[in-house]
Amino acid sequence: MFDSGILFPSLINGLTTGAVYALIALGLTLIYGVLHIINFAHGAALMVALYAVYLLKERFGIDPYLALPLVVPGMFVLGYALQRLIINRASHGKDENILLVTLGLSIVMENAALLFFKSDTRTIETAYTLTTVAIGPAMIALPKLVAFAGALLVSGLLLWIVGKTDLGRAIRAVAKEKHGAKLMGIDVDHVYAMSFGIGLACLGAAACFLLPAYYVNPQVGGGFVLVAFTVVVLGGMGSFVGALLGGLLIGVVESLGGLYLGESLGQIGIFAIFIAVLLFRPQGLFGAKA
Amino acid sequence: MTSGGKELAGIFLFVALVAGIPLATDSGVILNFVMMALYAALLAQAWNILGGFGGQFSFGHALFFGTGAYIQAIAQLQGGLNAWLALFMAVAGSAGVGALVGALSFRYGLKGSYFALVTLAFAEVFRILALSVPFTGAGVGLMLPLHESFANMQFGSRKGYVYLVLAFVAAALLLTWWLKHSRFGAYLQAVRDNEDAARAIGVNPFGVKLGAIVLSGGLMGAGGAFYVQVFQYIDPGIAYGPGTSVEALVAAIVGGMGTLWGPVLGALVLHVLADLTRNLFGQLPGINMVIYGMVLVLIVMFLPRGIAGLGATAKSLWKKSGGRRG
Repeated sequence: MFDSGILFPSLINGLTTGAVYALIALGLTLIYGVLHIINFAHGAALMVALYAVYLLKERFGIDPYLALPLVVPGMFVLGYALQRLIINRASHGKDENILLVTLGLSIVMENAALLFFKSDTRTIETAYTLTTVAIGPAMIALPKLVAFAGALLVSGLLLWIVGKTDLGRAIRAVAKEKHGAKLMGIDVDHVYAMSFGIGLACLGAAACFLLPAYYVNPQVGGGFVLVAFTVVVLGGMGSFVGALLGGLLIGVVESLGGLYLGESLGQIGIFAIFIAVLLFRPQGLFGAKA
Repeated sequence: MTSGGKELAGIFLFVALVAGIPLATDSGVILNFVMMALYAALLAQAWNILGGFGGQFSFGHALFFGTGAYIQAIAQLQGGLNAWLALFMAVAGSAGVGALVGALSFRYGLKGSYFALVTLAFAEVFRILALSVPFTGAGVGLMLPLHESFANMQFGSRKGYVYLVLAFVAAALLLTWWLKHSRFGAYLQAVRDNEDAARAIGVNPFGVKLGAIVLSGGLMGAGGAFYVQVFQYIDPGIAYGPGTSVEALVAAIVGGMGTLWGPVLGALVLHVLADLTRNLFGQLPGINMVIYGMVLVLIVMFLPRGIAGLGATAKSLWKKSGGRRG
């Protein structure tokens, strides 16, 4: 078997990727927890955010980390508008319709990207792209460390918003009992749209942290969306702590799976977990018993 | 005539009319359009059995399509089998995969979004497996050698393929007709509308849904086999990628879920749209899918019952406005 000289760096690498997965999954789980819908367009929205970061860097020379105050609000507005103008109107009160509409939106976004950017995979060059930092015996790329710290920070911020602010209280009230919340004077449609906006804002942050060490192409969201779904069902639909731990766990599984089984078969490990959790423990590892 | 009899007559009329097209024209453009529209209708009809009549939305129907396609190719290439025998195996094999996925998901009561996700994940697993194992030709794909003859199910002109796919579509229409008028179909629709109520009157939801996914998977597998016979090539992306899953689902929903003619209508409308955009914008990558996605969103927003349900939607709107006045 492999000695710790390979295992340890692989573990650290997995944790850094896992933190970004956690951030993406937090957005998804927030949307699920409040609206009780599965946002199929989550991966496509991440792809849109990645292209935004890419364009800001290539056209205007804005560093990905400095693009945070632009991309995060931008994605929030996109999410708010999508929910308010399209998804809410198309639902007709049925969950299946939302599933189909978000699927339709993801198809539009992905193929519009294909139309505008072609299928080329693009990366950006920054001064720190190749900088590495030594952690024990492991050499970790600096952007990955920043992504790790940033993802944890944003996740903490999200937990604070949901847990401590008035908006968070309204979100939790709507998630628990939307009719009751409405009677208490909460604008449910507004809270829905805010939740969707915040969910997509998480993607904006994730995109800024991801791109320096990653790439973007029109299909990039597809890979993330299944991973994010896996994290969410593993952690328990709607559970924030679950999404955080699930993200880190999946990052490590992917990294170690890739090490032992090779890149493509390593991915199967994730899907196997996904299918197994859906079948045998749909409430997730940390969710309440259904 | 009873409504069932009228529908049956409609099916025979449709098949007779379409069968006349290859006799009336030699135009490659028209024949190709008819073939591709019928092929899309076949995929949509397959999805409709499980999604429309069973209410189980699969986002990974490529799972069955790809399995049918690979069996069709591998049985001939490595098994040395006759193409018609291969077709039989392709249908049986993809129905078998349907039974497997159905047994697992329905046994554990997966529904709605969860079922959609699990079918998507299964298709993805099969795609990665097809990329990794040697007998699928991995990323290079499989190429079927060109040997035009009836025994090889390869035809010199598009006309042969039009008749072949028309036969599949006719079979799918008859199967759908049977679903509408049989006890099994009534059970299936009862489970779709209210599973608990159906169980209370003695319907076995697990068995009924399993039957639907087997039929749906087998038909989708026939679509995959047809694809291989026409294009003589298959690779993991074509077989198990999301494109086919989306096409089948969108056509069925646009036309009208749970109806006899909806999938055929939807496939026709989408192909006309695709051809129009090709004429307007030229051959741009992704443009068709952008249109499909937009049509899907618009249909769900404004015509939740699809084109086939246009009459019913208009009627209920009329009633609603009448109710307001009264």
